[in-house]
Amino acid sequence: MNILSLLVSALGQGMIYAPMALGVFIAFRVLNTPDLTIDGSFVAGMCACAVVTIAGHPYLALLCGLAVGALAGLVTGLLQTRLRINPILSGILTMTGLYTINFMALGGQSNLYLQRAAVNSAGVETQVASDTLYKAFRAFMVSLTGNRRFDNNLSILIVTGLIVAAVAAVLAVFFFTRTGMAIRATGDNEEMVRSSSIDADRSRIQGIMLSNALVGLSGALLCEQQRYADLNFGSGMLVVGLASVIIGQVFFGQRGITLGIISAVAGSLVYRIILQVAYRVDMPSYAVKLLSAVIVVVALSIPLLRKRFAERRAEREEAEP
Amino acid sequence: MKGLSLIGLRKTFEKGTPNAKLALDDVSLEVAPGDFITVLGSNGAGKSTLFNAILGKFRLDRGRIILDGEDITRLPDHRRALNIGCLYQDPLRGTAPNMTIEENLALAYTRKASRSFFAVNRKDSAYFRELLRRLDLGLEDRMKTKMGLLSGGQRQAASLLMATIAEPKLLLLDEHTAALDPATAEKVLALTRRIIAERSITCLMITHNMQCALELGSRTIVMDSGRIVLDVAGQERAKLTVPQLLERFRENAGRDLATDRMLLG
Repeated sequence: MNILSLLVSALGQGMIYAPMALGVFIAFRVLNTPDLTIDGSFVAGMCACAVVTIAGHPYLALLCGLAVGALAGLVTGLLQTRLRINPILSGILTMTGLYTINFMALGGQSNLYLQRAAVNSAGVETQVASDTLYKAFRAFMVSLTGNRRFDNNLSILIVTGLIVAAVAAVLAVFFFTRTGMAIRATGDNEEMVRSSSIDADRSRIQGIMLSNALVGLSGALLCEQQRYADLNFGSGMLVVGLASVIIGQVFFGQRGITLGIISAVAGSLVYRIILQVAYRVDMPSYAVKLLSAVIVVVALSIPLLRKRFAERRAEREEAEP
Repeated sequence: MKGLSLIGLRKTFEKGTPNAKLALDDVSLEVAPGDFITVLGSNGAGKSTLFNAILGKFRLDRGRIILDGEDITRLPDHRRALNIGCLYQDPLRGTAPNMTIEENLALAYTRKASRSFFAVNRKDSAYFRELLRRLDLGLEDRMKTKMGLLSGGQRQAASLLMATIAEPKLLLLDEHTAALDPATAEKVLALTRRIIAERSITCLMITHNMQCALELGSRTIVMDSGRIVLDVAGQERAKLTVPQLLERFRENAGRDLATDRMLLG
């Protein structure tokens, strides 16, 4: 594999995980509330997608991933607002409960491949791969370019990129509507939202649903791309998303909602490039989570370290006039 | 019945525990439309609790609140906010720091704005610009500036605008100038008087400045231990001096009205 094809593959993965980064961005930066539902809703999106794709509806499956994520968000939102359960615990409760539901959705097994049993012409039962978005789009690209060996990773990047661009554009517009602005304000100053006669609880629930819907979509996209759903795929997903958001901020800063959306997507792309590079220097794949955690810790500690450093320097300058 | 009626409000916090505190003790008050009432009382007298009861921040043990003929006793706080504006001592409480001035105003205006897809639109913006221009703080040229970049006084002035932008029936001011420097406080207070007069909003204002309490508005009430112990208006109030007010309080409450935060001057 040359550099270019590695880059295309990394960017494709980055696009698949970009809706998840957007979900994390909405939870952590817009609503200002840590939400651990994300680990569960990612898998829920995968599982819903797997079941519906196997049933023969790969496009509906993506919407199902979105809807299941939103539903998970609704549960967390209700726990947080109506029952006043601590946000972190609310997320953990939903995530834990979802494990059972995801397990049931996968028919009582920990993973499910996108294939179904069929009898071939010789009368032997075999497994046939289900149709997916990516399969269909590659076929489309092949017919469009006439190139029978059209790069699969490029096809993944193009179609996911189009989806992510559409999602990001809709989001950017949404956050300037009355409903969207109320969600932003709820994260900024909830009391002010209430005194403006807006139901802040409802805005909060809407925000959490939106966030998890995006995470579910991300899970669904990944499921169709890798052709299987895995019950344990979600653990640490939140940290991956957070790492993406933080990396994005390094490039774009923390300014404005539209820039925030762009930076979350960009962060997800850069994060996958970093991973791709790490794999090239023989980092084992199980090291991904440690790497993500370290990136987040380093990024979060930089402001404090910078402050301490400045204080020390000021002290030194005082000492030697 | 127009105006605000408080009928026998009672609230005990942490009921049934050794820390139980009777914060409102059968408070009844009739406020005529357009009245501007100043509220005095030492710390813990129940002034802010009274405001929070009107705003719906907690459920009352007993009593009813009627605003403009509508019983709002059981309405959730955000529904009451449709007709009640409120301003606190802390200028940060009334505004969203990471949103622009324009967006803050648009959000506050949601209550009465005509339906539109985008929260910020040209027609409303022109109206906001005019309102800001009348504040005379130069904010009308900084509508895209984030609220968090303004000074305390500017934020409080903007909060005042937001609290009154939807023409509420009732405005509650909880020492809204106490955290500002004297010059800014003066300016915000003048602004408050002008807006209240222009829109003839019924208003209750908590203050620690007794002179100010007697000079501003049309009526003064003094609270102590969750009760209203003094209620003066009209001629009687016009002639009342601060020492006389203190004397009247001592007669009614059986002790001195004084805290380290009280300003006699």
